[in-house]
Amino acid sequence: MNNRAMLFKKINELDFAIHELVLYLDTHPKCQRALELINKFRRLRAEAVEEYEQNYGKLIVTSDNAGRDGRWNWIDSPWPWEKDFMEA
Amino acid sequence: MWQYEKKLQYPVKIKNPNPKYAQIIISQYGGPDGELGASMRYLTQRYSMPFDDAKAALTDIGTEELAHLEMICAMVHQLTRNLTPEEIKKSGFDKYFVDHTAAVYPIAASSLPWRAEYIQAKGDILADLHEDLAADATTAKEQPAFQKARKPLI
Repeated sequence: MNNRAMLFKKINELDFAIHELVLYLDTHPKCQRALELINKFRRLRAEAVEEYEQNYGKLIVTSDNAGRDGRWNWIDSPWPWEKDFMEA
Repeated sequence: MWQYEKKLQYPVKIKNPNPKYAQIIISQYGGPDGELGASMRYLTQRYSMPFDDAKAALTDIGTEELAHLEMICAMVHQLTRNLTPEEIKKSGFDKYFVDHTAAVYPIAASSLPWRAEYIQAKGDILADLHEDLAADATTAKEQPAFQKARKPLI
């Protein structure tokens, strides 16, 4: 697995945990343990996304990393539904 | 509002195209219990939901269903890449192909296009939540039947 794929896996794993915590907190908004966990995972995710975007292009359309290399690289292929997305 | 992230909820990478599988899997996109219906169901019902926790849950679950929809579409797209005319004819994909080529159009496996009748919104909390339970239970109910018929279905 290349570095990009590993970074992606990490972001996806954090997203899975964050999303489950979101759904849990929707109906348990005072749970301190869940609040602590989601804040921790959100920090880790922000770091991973920053590293990803520095090296492999934009993940979030409005991120701070717009046009880092002097052009709008949001449009660059491959897009997520394309087979070679992980190999680029 | 929604903001796109350039990733799938879980990566999809299909090595071998298979238009026969695509015709079955497409039901999870535009079929009666597919992800398009699921996302529209939750995101429609939230407007008449009076409770804050449930408004949040319907919004966040409806959003996740959109991410599921995208994964299914990616699967259909990759399963129908680079097909030869022979593969299209032999697999029975020709009936879809004549109208949509290899575009990803929301239909059921039976070829019926997605329709709003698959979902309901009554403005009655109990009715709507029961409809949600019924719709999502179909996915769970199918599991044992599929496991029993472990031999290839197609």
